[in-house]
Amino acid sequence: MLIGIPRESKQGETLVAATAKTVTQLTNLGYDVIVESGAGDLADQPDSAFAAAGDGAGGSVRVGTTQEVWAADVVVKVNAPSDEEIGRLRRGATIISMMAPGRSPELLEKLQAQGVTALAMDAVPRISRAQSMDVLSSMANVAGYRAVVEAAHEFGRMFTGQVTAAGKIPPARVFVVGAGVAGLAAIGAASAMGAIVRAFDVRPEVAEQVESMGAEFVHVDMEQEVSSDGYAKEMSEAQVAATAAMYDEEARAADIVITTALIPGRPAPSLITAETVAGMRNGSVIVDMAAANGGNAAGTVADQKVVTDNGVTILGYTDLAGRLAAQTSQLYGTNIVNLLKLLTPEKDGNLGLDFDDVVQRGITVVDGRGESAQITWPPPAVQVSAAPAAAPAAAAPVKEAKPPMSAGAKVGLVLGAIGLFWLVNALAPTEDLRRHFTVLMLSIVIGYYVIGKVAHALHTPLMSVTNAISGVVVVGALVQVASDDKLVVGLSVVAILLASINVFGGFAVTRRMLAMFSKGA
Amino acid sequence: MDILSITGAAYIVAALLFILSLAGLSKHESAKNGLTFGIVGMAVALVATIATVIDVSEFIDDRALVIVLMLAAVAIGAAIGLWRAKIVEMTGMPELIALLHSFVGLAAVAIGWNGHILGSHDSMDSLVNIHEAEVAIGIFIGAVTFTGSIVANLKLSARMKSAPLMLPGKNLINVGSLVLFAILTAVYVSLETHDNTTADILLGVLTVLALALGWHLVASIGGGDMPVVVSMLNSYSGWAAAASGFLLGNDLLIVTGALVGSSGAYLSYIMCKAMNRSFISVIAGGFGIEAPAGDDKDYGEHREIQADAVAELLAGASSVVITPGYGMAVAQAQYPVADLTAKLRAKGVDVRFGIHPVAGRLPGHMNVLLAEAKLPYDIVLEMDEINDDFPDTDVVLVIGANDTVNPAASEDPSSPIAGMPVLEVWNAKDVIVFKRSMAAGYAGVQNPLFFRDNSQMLFGDAKDRVEDIVKALG
Repeated sequence: MLIGIPRESKQGETLVAATAKTVTQLTNLGYDVIVESGAGDLADQPDSAFAAAGDGAGGSVRVGTTQEVWAADVVVKVNAPSDEEIGRLRRGATIISMMAPGRSPELLEKLQAQGVTALAMDAVPRISRAQSMDVLSSMANVAGYRAVVEAAHEFGRMFTGQVTAAGKIPPARVFVVGAGVAGLAAIGAASAMGAIVRAFDVRPEVAEQVESMGAEFVHVDMEQEVSSDGYAKEMSEAQVAATAAMYDEEARAADIVITTALIPGRPAPSLITAETVAGMRNGSVIVDMAAANGGNAAGTVADQKVVTDNGVTILGYTDLAGRLAAQTSQLYGTNIVNLLKLLTPEKDGNLGLDFDDVVQRGITVVDGRGESAQITWPPPAVQVSAAPAAAPAAAAPVKEAKPPMSAGAKVGLVLGAIGLFWLVNALAPTEDLRRHFTVLMLSIVIGYYVIGKVAHALHTPLMSVTNAISGVVVVGALVQVASDDKLVVGLSVVAILLASINVFGGFAVTRRMLAMFSKGA
Repeated sequence: MDILSITGAAYIVAALLFILSLAGLSKHESAKNGLTFGIVGMAVALVATIATVIDVSEFIDDRALVIVLMLAAVAIGAAIGLWRAKIVEMTGMPELIALLHSFVGLAAVAIGWNGHILGSHDSMDSLVNIHEAEVAIGIFIGAVTFTGSIVANLKLSARMKSAPLMLPGKNLINVGSLVLFAILTAVYVSLETHDNTTADILLGVLTVLALALGWHLVASIGGGDMPVVVSMLNSYSGWAAAASGFLLGNDLLIVTGALVGSSGAYLSYIMCKAMNRSFISVIAGGFGIEAPAGDDKDYGEHREIQADAVAELLAGASSVVITPGYGMAVAQAQYPVADLTAKLRAKGVDVRFGIHPVAGRLPGHMNVLLAEAKLPYDIVLEMDEINDDFPDTDVVLVIGANDTVNPAASEDPSSPIAGMPVLEVWNAKDVIVFKRSMAAGYAGVQNPLFFRDNSQMLFGDAKDRVEDIVKALG
């Protein structure tokens, strides 16, 4: 089959759906590739680079005209096709691009009328297996990095703190809202440049990822929901109220604020109020990555740089990924290659769709294979969270990801246990019993701490040694054996015998095991 | 300074030595010292106690007979223990440890009954009620530990079906037994005198009830969860010893029992976390999971490979990770695996082992087996240490492991083992799975790993197949 890579028609678009590197990979899958002349000019991929790209195992690469490209069996581009472009598509052809299918029903209808199969790259389900073709992640990653670069460009000081002969430079404070792919990329870039980075996300489960990228996670005491579909949900009223104060405080303290809170297909939540912006220092920078959907910060204008009266710069660029055209095109192209690998299992250049596969089902928004094309959006829901949807069998207990215990609950639990201990002691009728309880409690605590850092490999020896030690009940039996009662003597002797097996057997077997553990040369 | 104060001081020394022993056991470097501390502590406790007994027994009639019996019991017990420890196969370690736990439980029951008999003879003080309560609790914990360990032993040695016992209303049975125990204890304690038949019968019923509960608790747990169960029983045996300590007013027993009890419970907690299971449901028993029946999902075709092809693959690799499971223990394949490792390391191949926290039937079981085969412990890594390295690994050998390398745990939310951390072997370039057949693993879950593009199956007995590979490597 022939794959066509057209030049993007959208005003100001710098990206291209394939690079010299990825076209060769496409030919290895058995496809012939034709690239429109000038398609990659703005992404450092001139026609000569495509022409020089080696032919792969199963097909050839060449540069051609607009008509030739749009007549291909498969057309791969970045932005959704315009009406004119749809008209150029051959009936039965396949078009692959980003389409925002949830927000563009007319586009799907036009594609259906044209009788083509349409695959939306931005509808890839967020499951591990499909990550290699998730263009939204690829682009968000680049955009997050670029947001920091844009902020640094506008910011009047350095990011990294230094002590120089000319005085001390304080490090910049960066506050990142939303720890999705873009947020994490921004955190990584900003902390690599030396800034102090703090970040927040409504999904508490991402705190670990935030910390792994070098930022501090800002916690807000409130109930939070665990995401089940991989995207953040909009917060409830109470949660909004609880977080508003935190946003205000963090933003005022920060030099750079990068907001990435975006819910697909919905207006962006308003997080940084006009009041907060007015309270920020002169020279601070806000990069609003949700500008395309209305922005997270008050005063954001899409695609514009705005400077407020108090000297705060608000950047609402929506083409952050496009500003690193070569990089983004390379990532997008690789995502396309990975998708075609999935669609071409035989590597014979024949594209096939398998609707039993959730990934293939999920991205297909118009199915043009039959007599008449069908709109197949939206696909059935795909669960991506690790928490199971329901107990699989009646016998299975309900497994739920337990929310981590809050610090307050922990303290409460410990205090409760101590209170119980007090009660038991207070009710204990004799001094002796109280003393025994004290000993018991101290030993439990010691046991807990002593074992805390045990190496996994030593679990078995540890268990056999504790087993030997618990054979100390032999002492109890020994104490009882001195009796005139025959029955007592008999029972004691049996107990002594059994416990002795334990003591000696346990120690001996531990010794055997430990002798085997040896360090390599 | 009389014999009793000497003994009391000796007990404190022994308790201290036991603490040092457990602390030592948490690191490889200090493990052997830890063992020595433990042995010395036990020797101190034993000698001091025996000396005391000989000293105080001058008031009883058959002094000589009792002393002879006592020493004989210790000697015979020691002989049996040392003999069992010497002949046990490392693969049979879990069964042995479970059996040993049952002895502690039974000893605690015997001590409790003695307490009952003795207590009724000299009930001269006001403490009689506490004493009776201690008797009942001690017998209860001991009996639960005893039968629970016996069942664990039977399941581990495959003399009993490892599938969980599913009695209807099993939670009701457990809770009901506890309530019944509380009632029996209350009645028993409130009896006016305890040297009559009523008291004997009550305590007898209580003992039988505890024995039945212990049996039921462990019988309702599937074989795959045995590592947690064994460590939980370890903890129970500690509590049984502590209860005996309360009964006898002996601080050494309380200290040691609590040490073992709390450390065992913590160990179980670590294991539960590794398996993504709730700790509470383990203690309560019956957290075993029955696999969903009729799993007819089509996973595609698996590919087979022969031993000589694996040898070729290994010879050309620069890094190899071996992930063993219970299958390796069953096949006794640890020695050929060690041979294979030595051969590959001699060729300059970087060979390491990835051990899942719950591989095998006992915590750390695999580490013991590999150590037995003289594999250096510094190439044997934990799951968390090695998981990030799989993408850079050329070949992974999965030997007798199944559920611990199942990608469904992280990718299929409807899987019964969903959320359990697993070894991510599928990220390696090639995965060779040693397996006897295409049967499902212990959890009864099909493993999509076998059907991946980069997986190949090597069928047959693990030991034979590894030996074939060693031969082919020349």
